[in-house]
This record gives sequence, structure tokens and C-alpha cells, in this order.
Amino acid sequence: MSEPKVKIATCSLAGCFGCHMSLLDLDERLFDLAERVELDRSPLTDIKELSDCDLGLIEGGVCNAENVHVLMEFRARCKILVAIGACALNGGVPAMRNQFDLKDCLEESYLRGIGLVNPQIPNDPEIPLLLDQVHPLHEVVKIDYFLPGCPPSADAIWTFVNQLLSDQPLALPYTQIHYD
Amino acid sequence: MAESDILTQTIHEIVQRHGGAPTRLLQILRDVQDRLTWLSPETMDRVAEELDLSPIKVRGVAEFYSFLYTAPRGSYDVLFSDNITDRMLGNRELLHYLCDRLGVHVGETRADGRVTVGTTSCTGMCDQGPAALVNGHALTRLDKPRLDRIVELVNRQTPLTEWPREFFEVASNIRRADILLGRHFADGAALRAVLKRRPEAILEEMVKSGLRGQGGAGFKSAAKWISCRNAPGEEKYVVCNADEGEPGTFKDRVLMQDFADLVFEGMTLCGRVIGARQGFVYLRGEYRYLLPSLQAHLQRRREVGLLGSDILGEPGFDFDIDIHLGAGAYVCGEESALIESLEGKHGVPRIRPPFPTTHGYLNQPTVVNNVETFAAAAKIAVEGGAWFASRGTAESKGTKLLSLSGDCERPGIYEYPFGVTVRRVLEDCGARDAQGIQMAGPAGHMISARQFDRRICFEDLATGGSFMVFSHRRDILDGVRNFAHFFVHESCGFCTPCRVGTSLLRDLVTKVHTGHGTRYDLEEMRKLGRIMQVACHCGLGQTAPNPVLDSLDQFPEAWERRLRSTAFEPAFDLDAALEQARQLTGRSDPDAYLREEELMLGAMP
Repeated sequence: MSEPKVKIATCSLAGCFGCHMSLLDLDERLFDLAERVELDRSPLTDIKELSDCDLGLIEGGVCNAENVHVLMEFRARCKILVAIGACALNGGVPAMRNQFDLKDCLEESYLRGIGLVNPQIPNDPEIPLLLDQVHPLHEVVKIDYFLPGCPPSADAIWTFVNQLLSDQPLALPYTQIHYD
Repeated sequence: MAESDILTQTIHEIVQRHGGAPTRLLQILRDVQDRLTWLSPETMDRVAEELDLSPIKVRGVAEFYSFLYTAPRGSYDVLFSDNITDRMLGNRELLHYLCDRLGVHVGETRADGRVTVGTTSCTGMCDQGPAALVNGHALTRLDKPRLDRIVELVNRQTPLTEWPREFFEVASNIRRADILLGRHFADGAALRAVLKRRPEAILEEMVKSGLRGQGGAGFKSAAKWISCRNAPGEEKYVVCNADEGEPGTFKDRVLMQDFADLVFEGMTLCGRVIGARQGFVYLRGEYRYLLPSLQAHLQRRREVGLLGSDILGEPGFDFDIDIHLGAGAYVCGEESALIESLEGKHGVPRIRPPFPTTHGYLNQPTVVNNVETFAAAAKIAVEGGAWFASRGTAESKGTKLLSLSGDCERPGIYEYPFGVTVRRVLEDCGARDAQGIQMAGPAGHMISARQFDRRICFEDLATGGSFMVFSHRRDILDGVRNFAHFFVHESCGFCTPCRVGTSLLRDLVTKVHTGHGTRYDLEEMRKLGRIMQVACHCGLGQTAPNPVLDSLDQFPEAWERRLRSTAFEPAFDLDAALEQARQLTGRSDPDAYLREEELMLGAMP
């Protein structure tokens, strides 16, 4: 009988899904991965409810109330939680709004924008409320590992996941974590 | 004349007064600002044109220094010194009192443009605080009656020259004198000695004396002078580092106030020994009140033949000294940053080697020494190396000036032979209830009562002179947090580990200090501190985590009693972060809140 599969969940918070695209760049290695892991909640499965998992991979920072809930749920359900990519680590591009007041950001988009009809700041309860600043994940929950990159390359993700799943010490070659 | 012509004319005159030299850029911008109260984009462009520099370079310099303003300020610009010693003396209460009385917010200019009130890093008046600067001039011993007077003076638009003189009095407070401060020195004696005995003999005395850099780094001064003397170069330079920015230290201020001739003599001696004709004093902007008296000393020395051409009648013994005024940048105390600043640039530390002794000012061989080092060198030339070396310990010869402040009865300057114990110093200054000392400033070390038998010398506790006492009624973390803010403000921004690291440390210290931290945050601080120690470009960043790391080791209880029992706490108040959006949208539905009890915080590992 084969080993039980490792359960992995992924999600993108205030990110661009670029890190998920990078994950898909594993290409044929995805077949190897699929033999060892089972995907739980993830944009790739469309499972909405998270169950207890061995590993959670999160891209994107925390920009709104929903992000906070999702991140905390991941923390509660995943044995190991990993921040993946620049936005998860530092806030990234979405955090560029941090140097402006939230009021100015919303007014620029919804009140002063060109060609707006019936300008108003959206207030439907369905829309998650924005935090006044965009935060990296580790400012909201404890993060066990950080994988930098914008996005981290498929090779970097592959090295990292393999080492983690096989209990090897984590050590990425320089070529996979230099960005200039 | 049209307004723009007047501007052009004003700037032209100032630039000409500085010989049109780009190396004088910082001095030029200071003078222009003195005249125009701030540096507008148009002003900076004119300066750039006059000096044939790119406008962006001039702006880069103007924006680097705290005391250069690229936005309008009030005609009276009041900056409270915000060192921990000022805080111990109640400066925050006074700051808010003055703001209330003037009707102005901290850091802002009053609507009528009359006055701005803000804070600045330590102004070096720790023994006579709470202190402040008004238009760059030092105010000491502030209290409410004095502030009431200041409010009147500001509202009546009384010129600074008509303010009461006692507001600007700076006491020397020399409490203990040894060989440097205690013995009389006859002007010119060191220069006569070098003429009589030749530079080689003086260098021998310097070697024998064992004199080490008194700024705190402790490099052998003789080795520096010899290296510079032997270095090939068209011109050589002597630079006196009087950019005494380490919070809690003010001994160079006292030397420049009471012993300027001794310091100038030491510089001139150095000039003769290494073969330099030009010296610079880099005086921190906070000490600009000293400028007129220092200029007068220099002028007198020229008149009596101790400075200028053919000094003491010796043909070819030419040496003169210029004073450069800093503009509020702690990092310029680092010698290579100081040289950059002297050259009219923003003060970012250079990559070393090469060291200034071979590639310093204008890439020429340069000796940069601390004020106290030059003073000691002048004495050594007269009294001999053996005399100096008879004091102190095996590796730390001579004496050290300590600047005592904080919780003690007699703050001020104390000169001790190297090797004195912390305990002895505490007894002498009347610090009966000390729980800890911040030694050598925020960049130095925090020590607890367990270590009061340690000795002040390079073998044990090295120091540039700052010695701040914390009594038992103080909260050590108030100091740590104050220092963390200091480093954020003073990081030059050149390298990421320092620029980002200092901010992250400040945030973590604040988090724990305000009761939101966990053990995890203490570990994060240690990790961050270790990274900064090895990855920062210069000493500023490498030492910035010291107060945090030392206090974690020396005063663990100060940290631990504030920790929450949870494994992890968010870095900010989650629900408060939604408040602005709630107001903008008018929402009050359940999803518009992040209530702690509804979050899955408890489920964290």
C-alpha cells in the first residue's frame, strides 16, 4: 500500500496569482507532485472549505478583513504555513498604497476617477472592508517559512517543497534566490 | 529689482563668499537657509546653477540633513532635544506645554508662519536639560516659566538677539579634572616642541604614549599619523571630528568651549607632523553657538603667529583651520561619512579600505581624529609620551573624559585615568540608586548593576564618553524605545539591513513596550539584531541593535513582565485597522469588524 498523501492547501490573498502561475510552471513535475500530495482548498481545486492540512502555501499580503479571516483559518488548519512571494513577505505592490491615506485611495478610485457614473465609495456588505494598510503575513499570524521571489521560480518552489516533504534541511541554491 | 533677481543676487553673493567651491555646498545651503528660512525648489536650482552642479545633487544634499528644510518653517524654529536624558527631565511635558501655549501641533508650523515646534536628536546638553534649539541656537534648562517667556517673545516677534542671554547659557560643569583638563597649557608649547625636536621625535613620543582614538573606536593615533605621513599625495589634510552626535556625550562641546586652543594646537601639530597645510573642524550643527568664539580663537592664533603662514617664524610652516558646520546627521560622526559631508555631499559612509589616512578628503591622505585626541596629542608633544602612559591600563593609556548624565546628583564632565570602575564613577557623581548604565551611547552597551565592577578602558568597556545613568525608578524599556527611534531617524538609508532593520526593530520594541508582544517577538528581535550586526554597511547599523540585545540579556525581566501569554500576537490592532474604512463606507454590519473573540486566534499553534 502506498504512503498516505500529504495534504496541501494554497491561496492568494492580496496578490496577483503570479506565484500560483509559477507553481503551474512546474510543468511535468506536477505529475510527480500529484503522486505525493493531495490538494485541499486551492484556486486549482475550487474547494471552498479548508480541512486539516499538512502544508499551507500563501501568496499575497493582507489587505482586507476577508484576508485576515482566511489567513487565520489557514493558520489554524495547517501544520506548516509558508509565505510565498514578495507580497506575502513584504506586502509587495499592493502595499504601495501604504504611503497614502486609505481615504485618498478610495476617493481617487471611486469619486475622482475619469468617466465615473454615480461616483460613490462602495459599501455593500458583500465587499470585504479594506484595512488602512497592507501588511505582510507574518504581522498577522505566525509564519513557519518564507520563500522570497516575485514570483519564486518554479525551480525554487520545487526545491523547497521537495526538501520540506522529505524532511531535508532547507537550502536553496543561490541561483534560485538571486534576483538581479 | 524683481524678486527673482534679488534671490539670484543673494545666492550669488553667498556662493562667492564661499569661493564658488562645490565642496562648500553644505555650508552654502546653511547660509542660504539662514537668510531665506528654507530652501525652495527655485532656491536650490539657483544654487545648483551658481556652482555648476546638477539640481538633483543639490536637492539630494538638502534633503539628507535634518537641519536643512525643503519645506517652509516658522520664523522661530524650536526643536526639543529628545534624548532619553531630556525625557528623564520631563521634556515631553514641556514640549506639549509649549505647543498648547503657542497653538501649534508638534512638527507643524503655525498658520501665521511664525513658529514651528518639533523634536530633534540629542543636542548634547544632557547635563543641563531639558534642552532645545531655536533657529539652531542652543537653549538649556527649560522649564515652564522659561517657556512662558519664550511664548511672549515669539508672539511679539522679538529677534533672537534680544532674547535674554541666560536662556542660551551653556555651563561646562567640569566636575573632575586630571592631566588633560587639570594642567595648564601654554599656547604654542606643542608647536615649539615640534620645531625644536622635529616631527620624527614627536611621533616617537606619540608611539610611547599609546594614545588611542578618544572618539571610542580606539585606533592607535600614532599609527594613523605615521600612515598618513608616509602616504603619497599632493596635499594632506587634518580633520577634527567635532560631530559629537552620540546621545549622552558632550565632552567635545566642553573642550571646544573651554579648551579650543589646545585642540587647535593639536591639529596644527598634526599638520606639521604629517605635512598638511589645511585643517578642518567638523562641528556638529547643534554646537553652532560656539562658532563666533571658535572663529575668534582662530583669528587670535593667526595674529600671534600660531596659525597661517610661517608659524612661529618657521619658513614653510603653513597651516590654517576652517570650521565646517554639520546640519543634523548622526552618521557624519563616522569618519568617512564626515569626509563626504566635508566635500559638500550627503554623508553616506564610504567603503573601507581604502582608509582616510591614504584616501581621505578629496581622495588625499587625511588624519581624522576626535577633539579629545588632538587635545591629548598637544599635551603629549610637550610633556612626553612616558608622562601620558604613566596613567591608565596596559592597553589604554592616559585619561578619558566621561559625559555623565541621567539620574545622578552631579551631571557633567569627569576626567579619569583609564581603568576606573563604573562603581567609582557612580559614587563620584552621586548616583546612589543606579539600576543600569547606557555606556558609550545607544551604539554602546547597556550594563546592569551586576557589572558595575567592570572597568572603563579598551580592554573591557570601551567608550567615546557617553555615560547615562538609569535609576531604579526608570523603565529600562523607555530608554530602549527612545534609542530605537533614534536609529530609525539617523539611518542614512543607504543600505537595506539598516534602513529597514532599524524600522522593524522600532516596531517590535514598541509592540512589546505597549503590551502586545509575545516571546516570539523577543526571538524575532534577536534574529533581526544578529542580521544587522553582520549585514549593515557601517557602524551605525551594526551597533543599532545593541540596546535591544543588551537589555534582553541584562534586563530580561523588563521585557518579560510585558509579554502576553499567547504564542503569537498580530503586529497591529486588527479591528482598529478597519476603522477608517468603516467610516468611509458607513458600514456597521458584522463583517465590518474583526473582533478578537470571533477570530481564530485561539487556534494558533
